[in-house]
Amino acid sequence: MKRALLAYSSFILLFLYIPLMILALYSFNDSRINAAWKGFTLHWYVDLFQNEAVIDAFWNSLLIALVTTAAATALGTLCALGLHTYKQRTRTMMSGLMYVPILVPDILMGLSMLLVFSQLHWELGKLTLIVAHITFSISFVVILLSARLASMGKKLQEAASDLGATPWQTFRYVTLPALLPGIISASLLTFTLSIDDFVISFFVSGPGSTTLPLYIYSMVKRGITPEINALSTILIGMVVILMILSEKFQTKGTDGRKGQLPF
Amino acid sequence: MRKGRLLALPAVVWLAVFFLLPIGFVFVLSFWERGTYGELIKSFTLQNFGRVFDPLYGRVLWETLKIAILTTVLCLIIGYPFAYTVTMVSKRRQSILLLLVTIPFWINFLVRSYAWIVILRSQGVVNTLLQKLGLIHEPLQLLYNTPAVVLGMVYTLLPFMILPVYVSLEQFDKQRLEAAYDLGATPWQAFWSITLPLTMPGVAAGSILVFVSSIGMFVVSDMMGGSKVSLLGNVIQNQFLGARDWPFGAALSFMLVLLSILLIYLYYKVVRRYSAAKGGEEV
Amino acid sequence: MITIEAVEKKFGDTVVIPPLSLRIQEGEFLTILGPSGCGKTTLLRMIAGFEQPTAGSMLLDGENIVDLPPYKRDMNLVFQHYALFPHMTVEQNIRFGLKMKKIPAAEQKKRAGEAMRLTQLTALSNRKPSQLSGGQQQRVAIARAIVNNPKVLLLDEPLGALDFKLRKDLQRELKQLQRNLGITFVYVTHDQEEAMSMSDRIAVMNEGRIEQIGTPQEIYHQPKTLFVAGFIGENNIMEVRSSRIAVRPERMNIRLLDEPTVVEGRICTIEDTEFVGNMEKLYVRDQETSESFIVYCYGSEPFQGQKGGEVRVSWRKEDEVKLQ
Repeated sequence: MKRALLAYSSFILLFLYIPLMILALYSFNDSRINAAWKGFTLHWYVDLFQNEAVIDAFWNSLLIALVTTAAATALGTLCALGLHTYKQRTRTMMSGLMYVPILVPDILMGLSMLLVFSQLHWELGKLTLIVAHITFSISFVVILLSARLASMGKKLQEAASDLGATPWQTFRYVTLPALLPGIISASLLTFTLSIDDFVISFFVSGPGSTTLPLYIYSMVKRGITPEINALSTILIGMVVILMILSEKFQTKGTDGRKGQLPF
Repeated sequence: MRKGRLLALPAVVWLAVFFLLPIGFVFVLSFWERGTYGELIKSFTLQNFGRVFDPLYGRVLWETLKIAILTTVLCLIIGYPFAYTVTMVSKRRQSILLLLVTIPFWINFLVRSYAWIVILRSQGVVNTLLQKLGLIHEPLQLLYNTPAVVLGMVYTLLPFMILPVYVSLEQFDKQRLEAAYDLGATPWQAFWSITLPLTMPGVAAGSILVFVSSIGMFVVSDMMGGSKVSLLGNVIQNQFLGARDWPFGAALSFMLVLLSILLIYLYYKVVRRYSAAKGGEEV
Repeated sequence: MITIEAVEKKFGDTVVIPPLSLRIQEGEFLTILGPSGCGKTTLLRMIAGFEQPTAGSMLLDGENIVDLPPYKRDMNLVFQHYALFPHMTVEQNIRFGLKMKKIPAAEQKKRAGEAMRLTQLTALSNRKPSQLSGGQQQRVAIARAIVNNPKVLLLDEPLGALDFKLRKDLQRELKQLQRNLGITFVYVTHDQEEAMSMSDRIAVMNEGRIEQIGTPQEIYHQPKTLFVAGFIGENNIMEVRSSRIAVRPERMNIRLLDEPTVVEGRICTIEDTEFVGNMEKLYVRDQETSESFIVYCYGSEPFQGQKGGEVRVSWRKEDEVKLQ
């Protein structure tokens, strides 16, 4: 039984990874049109780095993700700390409400913000993208850090207070250091979400604020080219690195338990 | 510590302004009318909702539901045994397997759908291979049909099923299973009467996530279905960015939300029922 | 030392502790003993300052401390699950309180060293809490508290999470530590054996009230209330001459019916016997009143009575303890 399940699971992993591997493999294939292997080349990567639109999209994505990460992490951390001081019932209700932005379909979130921006006559561009990205990221930060604060309990703060720490000292020497790995992991998550977002960005971006996912979409719409393979491969590589980093921080500082998945 | 409460304020205000307000505005807008040039006319009409059930859009709605249900069921059938296997291996291997499932989850779904395009298109890997082997002479049409869309959705949404199911299997007390064996249940009976009912909250959570994501999805259908497969998400997207009939798009979006709310409500019923069965443990 | 006057605690409409008064003397080891949910932890948390009493006053050396936050009270708490700071080493944990009070680093080091020596932690000073065993974590929690030279050390079931053998060892260590330091210990537990073996005085709590306070001997031999008589050890409780009395099982005398004797006694049937090593426990039922008793038989030879057999049970008048 266990053997059959293990074999089955390996098959599922192949199902998940083979398409990505093929994608990466063909980014090195020296053929523009078809899938026959014509030999190894870095040509498409060279093309990519000489393509100004791609470089622009990359810088846009990076800028938006960095600003979003800084703002959403700050807002979300403060919010989680604030909620932690609330009474149990209020806290449960508020953190329940924090799930709403995550559960609302992306498409609705995107178009609703498009509506409001257009009513406010805000020009669609980097600013509207940043605002939108912060909006969908805050909830993730709050939920992640609230879970962490809850698992810390009030005992550590009580212990600090008992040992003579004022509320500020308690925050400075106990709460914040114990929370720091969580904050780092939340900011990595935010960064990934922002870099990765397509649907919401699709609605609130304007000319001159194309991000990498938006650029890939428009490339695919125009026709399949090996450059898309190359760009996709780079994105996959970035995600893998971010994931491994985030995994490191998630388990650090806790008693070996992983941060709660947002489910 | 009283002052601490104010810390939550900036984020709450932010979400009120950029999340609640816009969503509320979409709701209001669904009762407005569209002017000749796509401008918005304040009024109160139910016409937009009437149009949702017009046969043309009714078919889209039906197609959307069909694909979403199919995707959810397939994800469940494929994902549950996988999650089950993960809980059976050693702790170290568990975290590796989980990481392996989570990585594709974070790779942009545009990239993931695109990977299948590379494989399935006329000059793609499968067709080239089959032609090389002489099995076919003309490339097969593997893309731009409903099965391709379902494949793309299952592929992109599978981690959404595996992770919550894994979490509930992980919390499941294996001693209960041993008790069932001890009382004479076969592994198969024990699975159906003990494990599955007690992991229902995870199954429900996973199904909701997959279902809600798939009914709002327009990218996979857009890329892998082409113009052949049009889903609710595609129509909404088109109303906002193409046809510029925003009030109608808003009404359609609300159908989407209504469906999601209904499902989330069902989810809580399931969770409550089964967590009561678990002896009141929090899920 | 600590005077608790008519302190009351309500959570909403539920009264957890009705007005309660208690005097804790300087240098004593006082144990608050009671079943779970009796309010003993709430009382301790009020003394430490984590719960605000609904009414009443608390004096520490004559100074009212009711309105002082925990960090301004000159006492320290050893938490039930230790609450060690996971991101700090053993030594950093122990120095935490001194650092908060801005004591010079050199003195911090000296005092932490002394505390670690007393608790046998010197070799572990650079470990993180997650690298310690339960008993070692317990020692860190104690060292972290005593390094501040508190006037009073409060301990909330500090040994509850440890296994039997370790608990026994640490009980003696704690008692030793208290004698050496000479500070007041207020110790909360639900374990009567622990309370008996360590305390100078025991306060038995039930449903928010202190039922009785006294030395372990007083509590054991002269229980005042039905609850105390029943909660501490095993006891035979009966109605005699319209008052309620308790007689300890080891004070009961038991003889076979056919043995010649001059003692009056009650005729009972043996319902069950239990051999527990150093003695035999007999469960008997009075044939007349159908009250049941437990009798301990110590003796080099096993008691001759069989299950179902008849025996005469008696006790001396002076072994009766009158209950309120």
